[in-house]
Amino acid sequence: MRLEPRTKVPFVLVILAPIAAIAASFVLCAGLVAWSGASVLEAYGLLLKGALGSGFALSETFARATPLIFTGLAAAIAFKSRFWNIGAEGQLYAGALIITVLGTGMLDLHPGLMIPILVVTSAVAGALMLLGPVLLKIHFGVDEVVTTLLLNFIVLLLVSLLLEGPLKDPMGLGWPQAEPVIEAAELPRLFQGLRLHSGLLLALLFSVIFWIVSIRTTLGYEMRAVGFNQKAARFAGMPVKRVMIITALISGGIAGIAGFSEVAGMKGNLTLDLSPGFGYTGIVVAMLAQLHPLGVIISASFVASIFVGADAMSRSAGVPSYIADVMVSVSLLCMLVSVLLVRFRIRWS
Amino acid sequence: MKRSEIDISEKQPASEVVLRLRGITKVFGSLLANDDITLELKSGEVLALLGENGAGKTTLMNILFGHYVADSGSIEVFGQSIQQGSPHAAIELGIGMVHQHFTLADNLSVLDNVMLGTEPLWSLSSNRRSGRLKLEELGERFGLQVNPNACVAELSIGERQRVEILKALYRNAQILILDEPTAVLTPQETETFFETLKKLVSGGLSLIFISHKMQEVLAISDRVAVLRDGRLVSELKTLGASETELAQAMVGRNIELPERKALIAGESVLKLKSVTVKAEEGRPALSSVSLDICVREIVGIAGVSGNGQTTVADLISGLVEPQSGTVELHGEVVNNFTPRNMLHKKVGRIPEDRHSQGVIGDMTLAENSISECYQQPQFSSYGWQNQLNRQRFAENVVSKFDVRGYSANSPVRLLSGGNMQKLILGRVLSGNPQLILANQPGRGLDVGAVAYVHEQLLAARENGAAILLISEDLEELLQIADRIAVIHRGRLSESFPRESISIAELGLLMTGQQKTPTTNNQSTEANAS
Repeated sequence: MRLEPRTKVPFVLVILAPIAAIAASFVLCAGLVAWSGASVLEAYGLLLKGALGSGFALSETFARATPLIFTGLAAAIAFKSRFWNIGAEGQLYAGALIITVLGTGMLDLHPGLMIPILVVTSAVAGALMLLGPVLLKIHFGVDEVVTTLLLNFIVLLLVSLLLEGPLKDPMGLGWPQAEPVIEAAELPRLFQGLRLHSGLLLALLFSVIFWIVSIRTTLGYEMRAVGFNQKAARFAGMPVKRVMIITALISGGIAGIAGFSEVAGMKGNLTLDLSPGFGYTGIVVAMLAQLHPLGVIISASFVASIFVGADAMSRSAGVPSYIADVMVSVSLLCMLVSVLLVRFRIRWS
Repeated sequence: MKRSEIDISEKQPASEVVLRLRGITKVFGSLLANDDITLELKSGEVLALLGENGAGKTTLMNILFGHYVADSGSIEVFGQSIQQGSPHAAIELGIGMVHQHFTLADNLSVLDNVMLGTEPLWSLSSNRRSGRLKLEELGERFGLQVNPNACVAELSIGERQRVEILKALYRNAQILILDEPTAVLTPQETETFFETLKKLVSGGLSLIFISHKMQEVLAISDRVAVLRDGRLVSELKTLGASETELAQAMVGRNIELPERKALIAGESVLKLKSVTVKAEEGRPALSSVSLDICVREIVGIAGVSGNGQTTVADLISGLVEPQSGTVELHGEVVNNFTPRNMLHKKVGRIPEDRHSQGVIGDMTLAENSISECYQQPQFSSYGWQNQLNRQRFAENVVSKFDVRGYSANSPVRLLSGGNMQKLILGRVLSGNPQLILANQPGRGLDVGAVAYVHEQLLAARENGAAILLISEDLEELLQIADRIAVIHRGRLSESFPRESISIAELGLLMTGQQKTPTTNNQSTEANAS
């Protein structure tokens, strides 16, 4: 058996491959569902209904997708330039932290001014988290995977320290949580009685903006060139180091805004479980989207619907909810295989 | 190169066929790499496989050695049909291959390299003593002396090639495939290498010699098979064959050699004054290099690969800065060694490695065509790319420099080497450079594309550019350069006018031999300039 590169890739294949990959991952996970004692079809029916079956379900799914679009976009931007930012989780918390400091009473402005300021400051906080790693990489060749990953733990421990100390909510009944942000800092809900908030619109806006930047601007041109072939970009006289720094700052900034969106739109205050690994899931989202800024929207929605649906499934059918994690992982593997099969043909001989 | 006194073709007619290829066809996508090739190799024979780059020589040999599987056709070795797709099976049957790019582990000794893979992986003991004896015996027999304990990293290119041959002999090869073996050798080393080949043949081996150099083929082979566009177009006895005949068969069309007009060089454009660059990973040092290039002049740098050519190129490209000495462009000392500053100073650069430095394969022809000037106002205003102008510019380059095969919006990686080089030439020459650095501009290109590149360089010379041409191909240098200097271990000789130096003399300089010490020459040149 050997793989041969396809010279022409049929368009149908490009469309069908991801659908086939998702179908394959459902089939592969069926065994696991059956093993836990539930009827496979019933369980998947519950999953689908729980993710997309009602207005409430859709609201929950897209509310969950919102931070994933941000973190997925952050990962996609960085990875596209070959900068391996594994630290979106820490950048998210850094953004959330600065929002908590500024938004719980220190600033009190009209929402029309307050929200833009908070968006910018959370982005700055997230971006600063990546400044160190990118400078270390450029000047000393320090591996950014290690530095960004370790920074996650540092930030999380810092947040933990602050939530037990100066930022602890006196009305919080002793729980390690911060005071809620003031009303002017809250992101408005999109529908009455549903948790879906305008952070989603912000996420969509950033995806579209970054897509346009990538294909239309000089910066986007440089970023793609550096990502595809750094040596040739340097040879052609492009400012490779500057492009790397800018890329890192944009990536970190967008992950920081995820923290703002979660605090100001979803939870209302900073807690230690603000993010159930959104930063890491963002990497999966970016890979599923093949690092395309608009693809991130679709893949984040898919991953969110699996998570939300699996929660509903586990409640109703008694299937363990970790199956959601397995399904997301399996779908990523299937997607990688399908990408391979789009590019190559298998020859049995 | 003369045929030696031991003329192999006049030996007893060796009629036994040791290798038979029948109807070998291999298709890569839309490219027919090998089209129904049938070939025979007789015992004790040297068969030359002649063809341009991309004619299908290497593909055919890779099928024979088991790297690829042919789409159709069969291979017989000593009357036994061979299982395709397995180098192991090929070795078992006595086929040995010396690749163009050596496959040696640099950190291991000669003996370890030779024995690697010949012993079972799980055996606890290694029979090095008998291995060493066998290696020494082989070296003795074929005149391939190498110290078995030497580390491969310390060996010269010629010695490494000997190790590669020994590796095949150690595995009892009866048929040896040599893929462009002389590409890395100096003319003198080539002579010695040919003596070795003759010993191998008299020792009972049959050889397949792959080359695109006609003189070598005429000097060493008994029979020539010429491949063109994947087809076997001609098969003839070497005795009585002429160079023109072979060239015609190989190219299949008439290539007009570019005309070289006699011009009078003008004022100095680039002046290096005792430039020293210290060695770095992947970049050999330069010590006290002086060079002067004038308007309407092509200066060639010859040398065996790895002697500092890359460093000279990187210096002119703005990728490295000198530790001492000065670089002057148009009489001004260059202080800022960055690619952008060099471009700003009207230096056009044709890099050695098209794929890794010259283009960004995943970006389009249009995007690549402006990669050195994308910041100019016609392509970029207020941070936005002007796609219309980019498109127009690219289409202009594509039509003016005859880039064929794909539209301006296709990824560059789809282009063939020749078309990729034309795109790079177009990008460089559109900037109206006053100094052009051409580092191995003809490498890996077919005869027609090389002629095109030379034509463009000569045209640029007529238009008043100064050109620095770095090449390992002495004929290329003698064809178009006005003066030639030789680089050896980071030292550059004085430059010689093309009329006053021969291939043999250049070859001697390339190995570091010289009548007068290098330093004297350099100081005289520095004084003269």
